[in-house]
Amino acid sequence: MTGHLHKDDFGAKLGMWLFLFTELLLFGGLFLLYAVYLKRYPHEFAAGGTQLNWIMGTANTAILLTSSLSAAMAVTAVQRGELKRTVALLGGTVLCAACFMVIKYFEWSAKIGHGIYPGSEHLKAGAPGESVFFSLYYISTGIHGLHVMIGAALLTWIGVKVRSGEVNADNYILLENGALYWHLVDLIWIFIFPLYYLVL
Amino acid sequence: MNEHHHIVSYSKLIAIWLILLALTALTVAITRVNLGGYKVLGALVIACVKSGLVIAVFMHMKYEGRLLRWLLFLALVTLAVFIGLTFFDVLYR
Amino acid sequence: MASNAPVHHATGSSFWNDTGKTGITSWIFSTDHKRIGFLYFYSTFGFFLVGVLLGLLLRIELMAPGRTIMGPQTYNALFTVHGVVMIFLFIIPGIPGAFGNLVMPIQIGARDVAFPRLNLLSWWLYIIGAVIVLTSLFSGGGAPDTGWTFYVPFSSRTGTNVSLAVFGVFIVGFSSILTGVNFVTTIHRLRTEGMSWGRIPLFTWSLYATAWVQILATPILAITLVLVMAERIIGAGLFDPTRGGDPVMYQHLFWIYSHPAVYIMILPAMGIISDIIPVFSRKPIFGYKMIAFSSVAIAAAGSLVWGHHMFTSGMSDTAVMVFSFLTFVVAIPSAIKVFNWVSTLYKGSISLEAPMLFALSFILLFSIGGLSGLILGAAATDIHVHDTHFVVGHFHYVMFGGTAFAFFAAMHYWLPKFYGRRYAEKPAVVAWALMFSGFNILYFTMQVLGMQGMPRRYYDYLPEFANLNLVATIGSWILAAGLVIMLVNLFRGLWWGVPFEGNPWGGASLEWSVPTPPPTENFIEEPVVTHGPYDFNGVER
Repeated sequence: MTGHLHKDDFGAKLGMWLFLFTELLLFGGLFLLYAVYLKRYPHEFAAGGTQLNWIMGTANTAILLTSSLSAAMAVTAVQRGELKRTVALLGGTVLCAACFMVIKYFEWSAKIGHGIYPGSEHLKAGAPGESVFFSLYYISTGIHGLHVMIGAALLTWIGVKVRSGEVNADNYILLENGALYWHLVDLIWIFIFPLYYLVL
Repeated sequence: MNEHHHIVSYSKLIAIWLILLALTALTVAITRVNLGGYKVLGALVIACVKSGLVIAVFMHMKYEGRLLRWLLFLALVTLAVFIGLTFFDVLYR
Repeated sequence: MASNAPVHHATGSSFWNDTGKTGITSWIFSTDHKRIGFLYFYSTFGFFLVGVLLGLLLRIELMAPGRTIMGPQTYNALFTVHGVVMIFLFIIPGIPGAFGNLVMPIQIGARDVAFPRLNLLSWWLYIIGAVIVLTSLFSGGGAPDTGWTFYVPFSSRTGTNVSLAVFGVFIVGFSSILTGVNFVTTIHRLRTEGMSWGRIPLFTWSLYATAWVQILATPILAITLVLVMAERIIGAGLFDPTRGGDPVMYQHLFWIYSHPAVYIMILPAMGIISDIIPVFSRKPIFGYKMIAFSSVAIAAAGSLVWGHHMFTSGMSDTAVMVFSFLTFVVAIPSAIKVFNWVSTLYKGSISLEAPMLFALSFILLFSIGGLSGLILGAAATDIHVHDTHFVVGHFHYVMFGGTAFAFFAAMHYWLPKFYGRRYAEKPAVVAWALMFSGFNILYFTMQVLGMQGMPRRYYDYLPEFANLNLVATIGSWILAAGLVIMLVNLFRGLWWGVPFEGNPWGGASLEWSVPTPPPTENFIEEPVVTHGPYDFNGVER
């Protein structure tokens, strides 16, 4: 029905950016809370930060940066018409996403194993600021993890479309937008990482 | 369509990726030495530089027109204002 | 809906039938902005009527002191549901969803919005969210009793079904975000040739400003609601003082969205008024640029003032002063609009037809609401009337007297265009007169009661407030009677009335240049705009 509406790639990209702004503001609310509570509980936050595994955090940062590189290269590849390489690069991104989630899983289960989770007896007995720190940690990384999974699913779906030729060198706005979403997931992590893992 | 689009070369993307990894290492390094309250500030400044690189090159913002840049600026200013005005309460309570 | 066949004029077909598809699926899966507009119109207006019924029940309870028809728990649940339904299911999605969808693409010369399927998804998310909210009333621990603001710590402890209600509102918020994204993109990308930013009708300008607020503020609501669910379900304790949390931070987050949301509610209404006043004054709008600018200015300044809801919350005095000052700044662009509307009327050739009557009463009621808002915005006076019926009267003046009256104005102004049939004028005027007087009897009395010290959100009150409460309740019945007459007259006219042909109001914006009712892709040929939206030279009525 909208067949003779001309295709508007820039419009689609504009729409995607507007949507990314909403994601930014969504996490912005959490960063706002983080800032307020860091101001109030600097020592408890530092104590909480030392309990997080910074090696795993750093590894995950490197993995996400790599996944972002792969997504950005996929856009270059599709623009150059190298469709096979595009699919491979998207696969690389999704693989990185899986590694990220696996590491996240080990981190979370180690913490939960030590009795550190929202509402746990261990945190109720400790300093109030520490409970706030870990609740924020779980909610921020939890929502971020959800975005990682959504992004991975999105890029997989786009990868299928590249293989079927629906997304190609003349029509790749979908891939561009998918990559934009993925970079946003990376951007959020760039801030989560130092704020939670390195605030010693 | 291609004529409107700037294609970023693989080598440039990889260079940016290497810089991002180096900055990550730097963040870890500065928070391991004792800088007191400047740690958070330093880590945040580096995070801002990193996200600037991701936005400019990975997300192609460097090659977009003025409109998107202004809108991004607007979104970031809004977030900054939300956080900033809240601190009128938090700092003076 | 489609079976109430609207009139078809010379072209013989319109969006009601020209796709050859009828039946319910041709509506609920349609991507035509006009059909989606009608989906929004009937669903939001349906919820408005639900809200009205709940409001009438609340007023009956308050008719006399003591228990009248319900106990305290029922009253608490009813005012909560009244608020949630009215705010999240009617006022916020109402004008952008219904009239924004119906009119905005035509006003800028587009065949549809930028993302038609996303538009349909928005409506579906709205309906899904609404169903979840409704489910929360009748399941679990029963209807939420927290007030529509879901304040912690009560909302994290009450046994009522807050989690589900909050989740429903979260989904509705997502719908609102997608509408915002869609409208901003549409207005940037799909303006037809000659439709420069200086020729965009002011209704569309107001939607543009609104859409930005939807994009930038709604996510904060989303995360706040997620946090309320986290408090209740996993015991996050982020707002629990015994575990280091701060309940005042909930209020900050909530109002960072919900104050700008007030402008999501009122800006499109102001846009409607800016479109109607010049048409019925036969005069170009006074100060087009300033009105367009003030929409954007209100959206911007309105995002800086959320703290004025929190003067008594224990927030710092510095913040109280900052937010109080900023609140006064918002009054400036609002006043710019009022002065420009009044200046447009000056020496105009005014015709007092139904849309104009609603528009004129908007100016008065909004001004009363806005000025009483300044009493609340000034910290010293706010502490005196905080959480009294003065506040209730104030925001009903703005939301009902403002937004809902503008909604009614738009119903009388635009709906005949889309049905191709018109309503009878006289009953419409009678209905307007009843509603206008009932409205003032109801809400002005409330403001007086608040000044005398009657608190809000209690099912009972001291005996000295009895007389005025009775007056207010009678006012609510007059208002409801007017509403019934308006609806019967309007829909009888739209479904079975005499044809609405040509351009009877004499509007100069693009929606009046397309066939009545418009065909599916609006324009028979791509329009080229050569004059402004309020340039009435050569426009025949």
